[in-house]
Amino acid sequence: MSFPLLTVTAAVPAAGAVITGALPAARRGAAKATAMGFALATLVLAAVVTGRFRPGGAQYQLTESHSWIPAFGVRYQLGVDGIAVVLVLLTAVLLPVVMLASWHDADLPAEGPKDKRRPAGAFFGLMLAIEAMVIIAFEATDVFLFYIFFEAMLIPMYFLIGGFGQKYEGRRAAVGDSADESSVRRSRAAVKFLLYNLLGGLVMLAAVVALYVNAHSFSVPALQNAHLSTTAERLIFLGFMFAFAVKAPLWPLHTWLPGAMGESTAGTAVLITAVVDKVGTFAMLRFCLQLFPGASAWATPVVLVLAVISILYGAILAVVQKDIKRLIAYASISHFGFIILGIFALNSRGQSGATLYMVNHGISTAALMLIAGFLISRRGSALIADFGGVQKVAPILAGTFLVAGLATLSLPGLAPFTSEFLVLLGAFEHTPAIGVAAVVGIVFAALYVLVLYQRTMTGPVKDGVTALKDLKVREIAVVAPLMALLLFLGVYPQPVLNVVNPSVGHTMSALHKQDPKPTHPVAEAINGGSR
Amino acid sequence: MSATAVAAPAVHSLWTTAAAAPIHAPKIEYAQLSPILVVLGAAVAGILVEAFVPRRARYGTQLAVTLIGLAGAFAAVVGLAATGYATTKADLAAMGSIAVDGPSLFLQGTLILVTAVGVLAIAERGLEPQSREVPHVDAFAPQAAAVPGSEDEKAAARAGWSTTEVFPLTLFALSGMLVFPAAGDLLTLFIGLEILSLPLYLMCALARRRRLLSQESAVKYFLLGAFASAFFLFGTALLYGYAGTLDLGGIAKVVTGDAAPNAALNASAHGDALLLIGGAMIVMGLLFKVGAVPFHAWTPDVYQGAPTPITGFMAAATKVAAFGALLRLLYVALPEMRWDWRPVMWGVAILTMALGAIVAVTQTDVKRMLAYSSIAHAGFLLTGVIAGNKQGVSAVLFYLAAYSFVTLGAFAVVTLVRDAGGEATHLSRWDGLGRRSPLVAVTFALFLLAFAGIPLTSGFSGKFAVFSAAAKGGAVPLVVVGVLCSAVAAFFYVRVIVRMFFAEPRADGPSVAVPSALTGTAIAVGAAATLVLGVFPQWAFDLADKASVFIR
Repeated sequence: MSFPLLTVTAAVPAAGAVITGALPAARRGAAKATAMGFALATLVLAAVVTGRFRPGGAQYQLTESHSWIPAFGVRYQLGVDGIAVVLVLLTAVLLPVVMLASWHDADLPAEGPKDKRRPAGAFFGLMLAIEAMVIIAFEATDVFLFYIFFEAMLIPMYFLIGGFGQKYEGRRAAVGDSADESSVRRSRAAVKFLLYNLLGGLVMLAAVVALYVNAHSFSVPALQNAHLSTTAERLIFLGFMFAFAVKAPLWPLHTWLPGAMGESTAGTAVLITAVVDKVGTFAMLRFCLQLFPGASAWATPVVLVLAVISILYGAILAVVQKDIKRLIAYASISHFGFIILGIFALNSRGQSGATLYMVNHGISTAALMLIAGFLISRRGSALIADFGGVQKVAPILAGTFLVAGLATLSLPGLAPFTSEFLVLLGAFEHTPAIGVAAVVGIVFAALYVLVLYQRTMTGPVKDGVTALKDLKVREIAVVAPLMALLLFLGVYPQPVLNVVNPSVGHTMSALHKQDPKPTHPVAEAINGGSR
Repeated sequence: MSATAVAAPAVHSLWTTAAAAPIHAPKIEYAQLSPILVVLGAAVAGILVEAFVPRRARYGTQLAVTLIGLAGAFAAVVGLAATGYATTKADLAAMGSIAVDGPSLFLQGTLILVTAVGVLAIAERGLEPQSREVPHVDAFAPQAAAVPGSEDEKAAARAGWSTTEVFPLTLFALSGMLVFPAAGDLLTLFIGLEILSLPLYLMCALARRRRLLSQESAVKYFLLGAFASAFFLFGTALLYGYAGTLDLGGIAKVVTGDAAPNAALNASAHGDALLLIGGAMIVMGLLFKVGAVPFHAWTPDVYQGAPTPITGFMAAATKVAAFGALLRLLYVALPEMRWDWRPVMWGVAILTMALGAIVAVTQTDVKRMLAYSSIAHAGFLLTGVIAGNKQGVSAVLFYLAAYSFVTLGAFAVVTLVRDAGGEATHLSRWDGLGRRSPLVAVTFALFLLAFAGIPLTSGFSGKFAVFSAAAKGGAVPLVVVGVLCSAVAAFFYVRVIVRMFFAEPRADGPSVAVPSALTGTAIAVGAAATLVLGVFPQWAFDLADKASVFIR
């Protein structure tokens, strides 16, 4: 039996979660160091997984398969394709970065009654638990196994949102909202998050039951050859898609996201949008498209329209937001629209683009959100109106914020550009009108990013901003790797595409659909060697 | 005139043949009945302890007798299973009145374990405030016969008396529960029902605090239970009238036409009317015991009023026994009537799930909330019963085992959260518990998540099992309703978690009593079962699957 690399990749953060959570609350430093150690070890393991993966090889590699619950035909079955590999790596890269950024977010208040304090170990332990569950969800090639972790990850996420709010340095002056009010709003946001996702998950549970009754198997490779009746396939597809659309989130199931991101810490917000939500879009690719190709094609028109609505709705609402974190949340809804658009364009350009988009969106949103978090904790407010002229007092902060913002609006030369371009290409290829509508979203993206930058960073220095300190060494260490990745993938996305493209080819062959002959030389070059 | 002339010789011949035939002594297979007999024996021994052992030594003796009796009974179940009952052979013992088959043994084993854990919580004496004179105080009235608030009661409390009768009562209730799902004929079923119910009525009235509430709950339970019993008995009579036999298997034969019905009675009642009405009445009696809508009204009051350790025992064990009996009745006696009972049971299941989940949302008392949650779970279990296939049986068996341990654990945690007035069951009192006593709050959250059916807990395994069995049995709409109700139910479970972890602790909030090893063990066993059956459920599924064939 070969070394169970994939299991270990998920087991290491899981073990880290238990150990970190079990450390006594007083030993804050130890908890943080332990958590960071486990996160870095996971990163190493994820790098090894990436190194061992052969892009031209079998669809699922590094497979493991053990009997688990034979009563339901459930196997503990892992395996990665190119798409899963890059997402596992993205998760493993983001976790240490997020932890470093959140280093002081869960510190105990120095004063106050003992029962109002929170253990710092729990915060980092929950993060590691989420990482472990997300990784295993990416690796699972058994629908049931995936479902279990898809659902179970809600619980640590819920505690992370509800239990730990944005920490402000110094007093919360001039914000006009007491700690109690914000705690009530936060627990409401957490409950909304949980109930939305639980409802999605339960609807999916009905579909999982139906899948088992119809196909008698949960193994993804076996199910790819299963034949379902058209009605059954469509109904099961809808059950799965509903859950993934809540998770992703797709308009009109998105309403939990702005609250959850707005009320939680910047680190938690990054985990939500850059890590956990990716499971939803990933699952559309792996499960909806590969297991139910007929139903996916049947539902495509509706999904594409919803995706375009998401793009425009998210972007327009982002423009009018008053709160920085909520603005980023709505921008994310717009971006998830792009990802889903690429997935359901049902051609390889769209899907390669969507996968690349998941990676790039993870990096760029993490950068934007974390820097925004630094900014917010300094000022004690998340309101755009409370800022102004920051670039004069904190030039590094403002500069990196600008780069992250430009990445968010997909400026050529920064990573998200390639993916957005590919997605739009795929959309045009599918239905030109859809592509045109989606392009409008880019215009709004420019608007919300640049207006945000202009209002917060330029102009005269506002009152509360004068004493704002620039990024500290720790914070620069957070931002630097993200900036580097944005630039590197902006000019040279090929390594990621090389890993992703063969897997997209497998998905496409599952869809029984040949691409129309490429008419665009750029598309030809990027798509080279996909089949 | 002519009728009597004809009837007289017939009666005469009946008497003469009866007199002429030799009377056989009933053949009793003591080995196969040993689980029930051991429990009954221990219960009788408990009564003798009550009579002859000095008051000081009673508690320890009773606890020992009870646990030894339970261990012996469990060993008997395991022994029977090891000799192949339930897997390779099955038998109708005691002249056909007790079925020794898979479901019987599985449920008996479950019930004995559940009772063992329940007894640990019942035996707890370290939670109530204590004094130097009265070092050990349990959850029960010091003298049940004393009027609440009277001098007698105070005197009994000062003297440090305790109601150790609760141990033999528990064992008697258990013996009825062991008979209930194993009964091979309707009269045995009825006797099982009564033996399990009567001690429970009594135990509900024993609360040390809030005695009026407790006594009210007992009276309610008794009155409504008596109604249910009456329905059950009436139904039994009607079915006897239809089939001419009380054997479940015999009734099934008459229903399928393999045996002749009681011609004279049947002719006068025009065919199947007796069968349908009788069957409906019996099912009504059983649905009352499982707490299904519209026979659920007793559940919240009784759950709230009864002493919490008793509530936990009752909620877990009664449900196991009653669902076992319901399964046996529907699968052994009335399987050919499926098309008649299924639509009704669909309605009952949907109403039960929906009402349990929706009304639970409005509850402000932990025990009442758990009561409505148990109603919703009865609905989920009914979907498995309705499946009408072998998976359905094994799924229900698994669900019962999983659910009962979660329930025991949850109620055991409720006994720990206390303030000056006893247990602090109002939900608002639980604010911020997660910060004061993280371990207790995390454990309770685990039980709530299991109730909600979150993956990696036993609740999810069970829910998946019953839903997939129901879907396989063609009850897809039920599954959809079940899923939607689960979402509603998740809301109120989560709300408690919110209160425990995210709300600010109250200045005058309740304290968490440190339990003795007894309650601690009960909670630990509940939590361990919840996790093990959630992560590695296969062995339990195997067991339930092997045990899912009824003998007729």
